[in-house]
Amino acid sequence: MNRINKLFQEKKNIISIYYTAGYPNLGDTVAIAEELERSGADLLEIGFPYSDPVADGPVIQASSKAALDAGMTLELLFEQLKDLRKTVSIPVLLMGYVNPLLQYGVANFCKSCAEVGVDGCIVPDLPMAEYEELYAADFKAYDLTNIFLVTPQTAPERIQKIDGLSNGFIYLLSSSATTGQNLSVSEGTEAYFSRIADLKLKNPTMIGFGISSKETFDKACQYANGAIIGTAFVKSLKADDVSGSVKEFMKTFKP
Amino acid sequence: MNYFVNEKGYFGDFGGAYIPEMLYPNVEELRTRYLEIIADEGFQKEFHQLLKDYVGRPSPLYLAKRLSEKYGTNIFLKREDLNHTGAHKINNTIGQILMAERLGKKRIIAETGAGQHGVATATVCALRGLECVVYMGEIDIQRQAPNVARMKMLGATVVPATSGSKTLKDATNEAMRDWINNPIDTHYIIGSVVGPHPYPDMVATFQSIISEETKKQLLEQTGSDQPDYVLACVGGGSNAMGMFYHFINDENVKLIAIEAAGKGVDSGHSAATTALGKEGVLHGSRSILMQTEDGQVIEPYSVSAGLDYPGVGPQHAHLFKTHRGQYVSVTDDEALQAGLLLTQLEGIIPAIESAHALAYLEKMEFTGKENVVICLSGRGDKDMDTYMKYFGL
Repeated sequence: MNRINKLFQEKKNIISIYYTAGYPNLGDTVAIAEELERSGADLLEIGFPYSDPVADGPVIQASSKAALDAGMTLELLFEQLKDLRKTVSIPVLLMGYVNPLLQYGVANFCKSCAEVGVDGCIVPDLPMAEYEELYAADFKAYDLTNIFLVTPQTAPERIQKIDGLSNGFIYLLSSSATTGQNLSVSEGTEAYFSRIADLKLKNPTMIGFGISSKETFDKACQYANGAIIGTAFVKSLKADDVSGSVKEFMKTFKP
Repeated sequence: MNYFVNEKGYFGDFGGAYIPEMLYPNVEELRTRYLEIIADEGFQKEFHQLLKDYVGRPSPLYLAKRLSEKYGTNIFLKREDLNHTGAHKINNTIGQILMAERLGKKRIIAETGAGQHGVATATVCALRGLECVVYMGEIDIQRQAPNVARMKMLGATVVPATSGSKTLKDATNEAMRDWINNPIDTHYIIGSVVGPHPYPDMVATFQSIISEETKKQLLEQTGSDQPDYVLACVGGGSNAMGMFYHFINDENVKLIAIEAAGKGVDSGHSAATTALGKEGVLHGSRSILMQTEDGQVIEPYSVSAGLDYPGVGPQHAHLFKTHRGQYVSVTDDEALQAGLLLTQLEGIIPAIESAHALAYLEKMEFTGKENVVICLSGRGDKDMDTYMKYFGL
């Protein structure tokens, strides 16, 4: 069984952390992963940066730009992750936009992921139909999970279809928004989360976008198997004390 | 060969809707409704009425006698520069504002580079009383002060795009982010034949009025509705697609698209996308774009703010790849000289974008009997600063 399915079978209230590869310093990628695992993170999403990240708010955009300016590329990222599995045992996903992936070659990308022990990826602007028709076979060949997003506006039939194509978890967006805004669980959001629960999906769910505090994390865990923290974590990273700032941040969630 | 969009939203290998799930409902709503709305008799009536009485269409097809003499052939100018707001952009914004109304949207967003599309959008929003927010790169805001003032006077809010390179592509990113955050009440008026399906097809349909009129006018003036050549400049490619549209299936009509080479195709300061680009995905569609080996988008350069876009519309990518269209480029210098030439031979100051199409005449060979149509996509008022600096006026 792959690491992701195992995690969801064994744990509840899963805490997943997103951060941008090569930020705040180009060489920090693996060190952050190690420190996050030590500090209690259950799942990692490592962003490979793109010049035009339309689904992201200002904080993650800025981290992407800094990483690109420092020289981050997909090729370098895989080089950095070469020995990942010697020190990191929790599941790892790569998250990024479709164009860098196309230039690297999707089959090639899947092969590199499998070689370094990456468990899957999240590509927000890769449409479901194109994934199914052109790339699903490559993902399958290397036993990689592809994670799809669902928003409050996603129609039930479409959610069912996404559930059918998924084999890890489904990423529930707390609202239709770019990253980095605060989760406010209004009546509407609650109705949306219960609507999802009623669908009795075969895949577990994680809530992301707007999770910035212990309070919002706990709230999200009432409705899903866990939650994803991105912007708040990226914002907290200090270039001159990466390990210390990771520890400090995680203390709030895993005291 | 099918040069138009298929049922999956592709033009050959290009197009599609590469958008995050947050945009899916917005784009899907438009995709399922645009054809039926455009086909509706009431829509057509209102669209054509506004094009006639408000925009001032049909725009003339003018046989430029002195320019024709100079090149030794028959050159016709399709005068989009005479439209209200000074360019072809208004054809699309009229169509899209009527679309937005029928979709029940109350708020309009747009991106703009030089400000022409922003002005055309702010204009139709004022006309119909809708809220208007225009995203514009911070650097472009400084470069295009008069157009910023026009948009403000028309009641639009101009929001600086401060991310990335702070120009057109970043303004487009910001507009998309706005749409993600406002999925219910907002319509995004994209200004060119780019973006996720159905935008490239929808914008081309609205701009196709250019070639529809040209065919009738050519028939009246020359006895045939088929010219030998049709020329237009290409940034994202909306005036070119409008100019090519009804000639695309007339395979004996040669379609020539002129891109901006900037300081030279290989100078590192260029916007010649088909020469420098590779296939990839930008702003929601698969097309050809200028990018690094790692798939990061390269910021293009051209003296003309309407042509410095790092991609081309997917239909252009298809015409290029199938060789139905010939994609070429001219430099800043060649375009500016062509702008001066037209001004002095015909008394028409062209936009620097349109001057790129004119400049390609220098590189063509004629026997004297050809009929050549050039899309004069906009007027040069907005470019006086650039002309003044270049020619020391």
